[in-house]
Amino acid sequence: MREDEKMKMTFKLLAVAIALGLAPLSADARVKIDITQGNVEPMPIAVPEFIAAAGGNPELAKNITEVVKADLDRSGLFSIIDPRAYIEDVANLNVRPRFADWRLINAQVLVVAEVKSLADGRIDVATRVWDVYADEQLGAVSFKTPADNWRRAAHKVADFVYKALTGEEGYFDTRIVFVHETGPKAKRVKQLMIMDQDGANPAPLTDGLNYQVLTPRFSPTQQQITYMALYDKKPGQIFLFNIATGEQEQLGTFRGMTFAPRFSPDGSQVLMAMERNGNSDVFRMDLATRALTRLTDNPGIDVSPTMSPDGRRIAFASDRGGSQQIYVMEANGQNQKRITFGEGRYMTPVWSPRGDLIAFTRQYQGRFYIGVIRPDGQGERLLTESYLDEGPTWSPNGRVLMFHREQSPGDGPSLWSVDLTGRNLRRVRTPADASDPAWSPLLP
Amino acid sequence: MNFSAVFKAAGVAGLVLLAACASSKGPDVVANGDTGSTGGTRGSAAAPGSQEDLEQNAGHRVFFGYNEYTLTPQAQATLARQAAWLKQYPNVRIMLAGNCDERGTREYNLALGARRAEAARAYLVSLGVDGSRVQTVSYGKERPLDTRSTEDAWSVNRNATTTITSVGS
Repeated sequence: MREDEKMKMTFKLLAVAIALGLAPLSADARVKIDITQGNVEPMPIAVPEFIAAAGGNPELAKNITEVVKADLDRSGLFSIIDPRAYIEDVANLNVRPRFADWRLINAQVLVVAEVKSLADGRIDVATRVWDVYADEQLGAVSFKTPADNWRRAAHKVADFVYKALTGEEGYFDTRIVFVHETGPKAKRVKQLMIMDQDGANPAPLTDGLNYQVLTPRFSPTQQQITYMALYDKKPGQIFLFNIATGEQEQLGTFRGMTFAPRFSPDGSQVLMAMERNGNSDVFRMDLATRALTRLTDNPGIDVSPTMSPDGRRIAFASDRGGSQQIYVMEANGQNQKRITFGEGRYMTPVWSPRGDLIAFTRQYQGRFYIGVIRPDGQGERLLTESYLDEGPTWSPNGRVLMFHREQSPGDGPSLWSVDLTGRNLRRVRTPADASDPAWSPLLP
Repeated sequence: MNFSAVFKAAGVAGLVLLAACASSKGPDVVANGDTGSTGGTRGSAAAPGSQEDLEQNAGHRVFFGYNEYTLTPQAQATLARQAAWLKQYPNVRIMLAGNCDERGTREYNLALGARRAEAARAYLVSLGVDGSRVQTVSYGKERPLDTRSTEDAWSVNRNATTTITSVGS
């Protein structure tokens, strides 16, 4: 399998922080974006084209710059100042910039980087982030990686800048697994694909399976996913898929359908729904022992379980009260409590990796919405709306949601992302129709 | 097995049923290949005990209301005919597939489809059909008969569909 080799390729990305021998990230940096606020004014930053070191490759330096800029721009937190406005021509990474020149064009932050080609075929991307108004360096970092792995180096740089300016981990060096949909609606072929978070490097993960692949979910701790296989003429079942080895394994064989799988935050368990005699309840499977534990036992439909990052609680959707709503219970199934009470139906709860919010799909009067609510049921906010928005997945830092959308009746599904302000809605490019995105943890 | 051919054929069969005209085509039977030659004759002369026979003389599909899994009187009448037909052909085993319209989330619809299949199965069993002859499966919203995004299409796609899986003794 071609993908195997690709996955086995060692991503040796050496982050040599402060390799440049300058002061580490100062704790009281003056420039800081508070992304906990609902409405963030994008921070103007300057990102001149990365310097190609002597004997280096200017084309490569330019490409890396573009990927970094695209990441930062897509986050909605930064507004990248048009390079044609730049006054200083930055030619040396190790010379202090003329801050006045950058203040003049209202840049708050300046990112300067240099790309070096090393003798062993790797490249070294060294970056400095400058606070233009404080005349000081916010951070410096150097990443070494095989030259053909340059996109990941770019994402690492973007993550470094993001963290330097927000104080939080970034999410750019991540990947998305999703369902690649081809063929007419009545006989859809649904395969797994994987791509970089920005849509680059799409590659098939499965091919020629005799079932449709639905609802893939990433392990929060490993390059592993779980998904549902929808068979012809037998109940669908849950699989584990190891991305690194390509190995797949059905998680038990049950008389009833097993579906809606999701890893626990530590990756040691898979929560799922299991149907018996037509009724669906929530179960937990321990991956080491394969022991299955029933967590709900209710005549209503209980589906879509998701665990809080501390492992203590589980949210799920149930129609036990007449319409589908979101409930929260303790991890052992005790104290099941409804947390949504709005009109319409609430489905597909997904607990944020930060623990502070639960994302959901809401259906109301013929429209679908992606929203978030606090685990105590307070503070509901709807972030998106369309003919069909469904299946949110969190960026590993809990700041961005990706989901799939059918814009209008009859449209095929496409992937979209939105931040927690709801203002930064973007389409994510995919090779064809795409659904059920699953966001990976930050790559090591 | 060629999946897509089966589903396409199933779709055609559904539309034909809606148009309330009999057809000699029994694509679902062709799909499992267990019933031998059935399609040789024209008109309504379906082989006794075949999928075509079931479709023409009992009806192989019942429909549900929006977000519902309770059987309508019409659905009960169809299932009563199915039950009688199944008693006539005691070696026939069937699969009941529950389906949903596109106006719901994937996971909930998988659960709802299971409910619909089970509602139909339970009704057959209540009428004396041996439960071991009836398997169920849910396709959620993944296998629409009518792929349009209209009320008409959705009402067709909310169904439980009976397919003969074997006629062995």
